[in-house]
Amino acid sequence: MNTANQYLKAIYLVQRMDDGPAATGRVADSLDVSPASANEMIGKLEERGLAEHEKYKGVSLTEEGITRAENALQTYCILERFLANVLGVEEFRDEAQQLEPVIDETVAERLDTIIDRADECPDCFDAEADACCYLAGTCESGAD
Amino acid sequence: MVAVSVDQRVDSDHQLARLLQIGVVLEEVVEARAYRHYQSLAEEDRDLEADVEALLEEAATESARHRERLEELVDELDAESIPFESVETLVEARYGRTKPEDFDGVLYDQLCNEETAYKFYDDLIDAIEASDAAFSLERDRVLEVLTEIRDEEAEGVEEVTRIMEARE
Repeated sequence: MNTANQYLKAIYLVQRMDDGPAATGRVADSLDVSPASANEMIGKLEERGLAEHEKYKGVSLTEEGITRAENALQTYCILERFLANVLGVEEFRDEAQQLEPVIDETVAERLDTIIDRADECPDCFDAEADACCYLAGTCESGAD
Repeated sequence: MVAVSVDQRVDSDHQLARLLQIGVVLEEVVEARAYRHYQSLAEEDRDLEADVEALLEEAATESARHRERLEELVDELDAESIPFESVETLVEARYGRTKPEDFDGVLYDQLCNEETAYKFYDDLIDAIEASDAAFSLERDRVLEVLTEIRDEEAEGVEEVTRIMEARE
């Protein structure tokens, strides 16, 4: 997954958790990058029409940005599911984060053919738990 | 949310082994698809689709060879093993869910297989080259194997494209 998509996913999740624009510092923290790096990339996302930044409030994704972020999150979910359910990796969160930058969406789509994901993916992703709620066991109703 | 790294690089034996294992599973998925497609062709219009049949047979053989080469590398790394037998069963069980409906679909699917595998190895090579980590395997050897596999995937893309164009 390229860097821009990782940022889009991070902004999307922070927005979801905070229910509003994402503070740049929160985005930087979640990606373990400096605020300066985050600002620079957010500027690039703005230029591409994927995000809008409002001073003192934070960054919000545009419709196109949200679509791309949801695709990126879906790729991440596939990776987590694949590691947890197919390879039996206990530390699937840490490993998914490490591998995320190297795994392309097209590769994830092929891995997706051998895993089970709910139709609502990626809406079932629990940002606080950093995993699909079915994997984390935090879904409000239903079970895996 | 836990902090993540945005760097596209491979930093440890463990991470390298995991990526190679993903490569093995990817080859397994691709191999199963090519093999199943090959079988479905063999049952139906075998004579009419000789070129497609040859292509899929070769693709399945090549994937098996790639898988073995990757497994050899993984065996030499300090990494926990993964349940490949259950992966094989899973791949077999799930194949039917995404089966293409016709020959053009089969070819297109095979093109996606080859392109996806190419992209995987290309990204992996970049990520290893971007890292200065010391692996318990010789880096040049890993890169040599991955580059050879990647180049064969590129040839596969060309071959499928050639057949698709000839059918148009």
